[in-house]
Amino acid sequence: MIEIKNLHANVNGREILKGIDLTVKAGEVHAIMGPNGSGKSTLAQVLAGHPAYQVTQGSVLLDGKDLLDMEPEERSHAGLFLAFQYPVEIPGVSNSYFLKAGLNEIRKARGEEELDSMQFLKLLKEKMKLVEMEASFANRPVNEGFSGGEKKRNEILQMAVLEPKLAILDETDSGLDIDALKIVAEGVNKLRSPKNAAIVVTHYQRLLNYIVPDFVHVLVNGRIVKSGGKELALELEANGYDTIKEELQQTA
Amino acid sequence: MAESIEELVSREYKYGFTTDIETDTIPPGLNEEVVRTISRKKNEPEWLTEWRLKAYRSWLTMTEPHWPNLTYTPVDYQSISYYSAPKQAKTLESLDEVDPKLLETYEKLGISLTEQKRLSGIAVDAVFDSVSVATTFKETLKEKGIIFCSFSEAVREHPELVRQYLGSVVPPTDNFFAALNSAVFSDGSFCYIPKGVRCPMELSTYFRINASNTGQFERTLIVADEGSYVSYLEGCTAPMRDENQLHAAVVELVALEKAEIKYSTVQNWYAGDKEGKGGIFNFVTKRGKCAGAFSKISWTQVETGSAITWKYPSVILQGDDSIGEFYSVAVVNNRQDADTGTKMIHLGRNTRSTIVSKGISAGRGNNTYRGLVNIGRNAHNARNYTQCDSMLIGNRCSANTFPYIEVKNSTSSVEHEASTSKIGEDQIFYCKQRGINTENAISMIINGFAKEVFRNLPMEFAVEAQKLLGISLEGSVG
Repeated sequence: MIEIKNLHANVNGREILKGIDLTVKAGEVHAIMGPNGSGKSTLAQVLAGHPAYQVTQGSVLLDGKDLLDMEPEERSHAGLFLAFQYPVEIPGVSNSYFLKAGLNEIRKARGEEELDSMQFLKLLKEKMKLVEMEASFANRPVNEGFSGGEKKRNEILQMAVLEPKLAILDETDSGLDIDALKIVAEGVNKLRSPKNAAIVVTHYQRLLNYIVPDFVHVLVNGRIVKSGGKELALELEANGYDTIKEELQQTA
Repeated sequence: MAESIEELVSREYKYGFTTDIETDTIPPGLNEEVVRTISRKKNEPEWLTEWRLKAYRSWLTMTEPHWPNLTYTPVDYQSISYYSAPKQAKTLESLDEVDPKLLETYEKLGISLTEQKRLSGIAVDAVFDSVSVATTFKETLKEKGIIFCSFSEAVREHPELVRQYLGSVVPPTDNFFAALNSAVFSDGSFCYIPKGVRCPMELSTYFRINASNTGQFERTLIVADEGSYVSYLEGCTAPMRDENQLHAAVVELVALEKAEIKYSTVQNWYAGDKEGKGGIFNFVTKRGKCAGAFSKISWTQVETGSAITWKYPSVILQGDDSIGEFYSVAVVNNRQDADTGTKMIHLGRNTRSTIVSKGISAGRGNNTYRGLVNIGRNAHNARNYTQCDSMLIGNRCSANTFPYIEVKNSTSSVEHEASTSKIGEDQIFYCKQRGINTENAISMIINGFAKEVFRNLPMEFAVEAQKLLGISLEGSVG
């Protein structure tokens, strides 16, 4: 699905990612964990193509195509989705209008027919049920006046509607209480299939109780320093990131 | 696109003059004789000639206002020709001769082929659809007793109405540009809705035959008699070619008891090139008078064109319980300057006014909201609500707000809200991540921003105006 090789990236001239290697196959869920400032969110943003980050080295292939060569919207059309850590507000633009525009752009890019309003509303209703969102959210402006939890749920709703091949969840658990967390996780789980994949970026192990990953990677200082199965997350939870940092210092 | 339109404009200008030097164009310059000549050529009655002269004489004593937050090269009023017979612009043979960039804009606006031809000045066949449309249109209006004609026709056919209301809202001595207009106005529209009549359709200058050349000093007068209603559309979303740089129009609205006038404008004149060269200077005086109790006047404007915009559609709330509204979207890009807003003058009791202004600045544009809410001593229980929002795109544009509030009694209430925001890289990135390209993202964001105003536009106008906003801001981000 996605093949990241020796990825280096800067922001404002400062190197944040210092050589990331990661391969995610269809049907897999990978968790990226790490302490604050390790580059987790940067990785998510770089993959989505945020203009503030410059890739200085390395390559990323999505289904064999050069991802780094694409505009952010082209990445979206190619099936990449980023659930934002801080979802952006767009005053005056309704949630459903926004999502319909996005979905139809993606369908157009894929050579599929655009959905008309009736078809879209039917789809939206279905997906809103999935993330337990009230119907009124469809007509509210995108993220405006939403609580933290509502914003995150809205991200998952968008993911459900756009049906990406590869979903990147950037700290989707932050700011969520346990009930909201369960709803979000359940939404993600319902969308899991052998055809798509997900990269779950998180600071805490908590989310991974609900979205059980196939692989866990630990990111420290811009590099993946340790990879393992889901038990690695528990280990981190018990010992904290310091043990890994110490291990690293000893080997260095 | 900018250069090519300018090219087109100047081309037409050139041909327009060489092929059509008629005896009917008077030499540049302005004096009493010129004013008399204009009036004579239009076969106007004596009182109107005198009215024009009075305006001219007071104009002489006035100076061009310099308080607006605008920068432009001074206008030489003696170098303008103040009268020319309807200019026969060189007619093009087919759309193939029209600038492809202009056609591209039409395409994006979804303007029909026939309409495209009309706008680009192509000779259209005798079986032009809108001729028949216009005819049926006229008949329907006639049945209702509605008068809707050119200003000149009104002077000939309905002199008593014109005489009664002309200058009753904007006196000929009102301001520099209004005085100039009053002295030399070319033509325009006149509209009268009789008592108790609800105009069954939107009145649009587009459907008025002979509307093609109203000139740079346009004069509009709309009178809604007791209990009547009219919705009037001015302008066009397609970029209009125009060879006159200076425009100084006057619009007067009169609403008698329980009458309602809704006036919607989309202004998209040539804005000049990237440096603002060649754009239209638009100095307009628009004012409505709620003369009777329970009357209502509502202005809605979408201003995207012109290099310079100086415009304050206002309402005098004279009748008790009358209502004034102003909804505005003003967009500036490149080197455009706009100083626009409104005046709500509350004189009667229980008068209410609402002001919603949305300014969008991009490129090196400079956008100013200037508004006055004046509540008089006897305007007991008057209320005003003002909301002024500015949106900035990029780092080189500016937005300014000058709200003036004068309240002379203690029973009234005035509310003012203002905000300034910026289209962020993050907002655009968010849209792009969801599959929407930059152009559509900007269009979506600003349309969301201006939604409250669009809601007040007649349906078909609103759709075009939304598209227009996107087009005006094309290329303004990254």
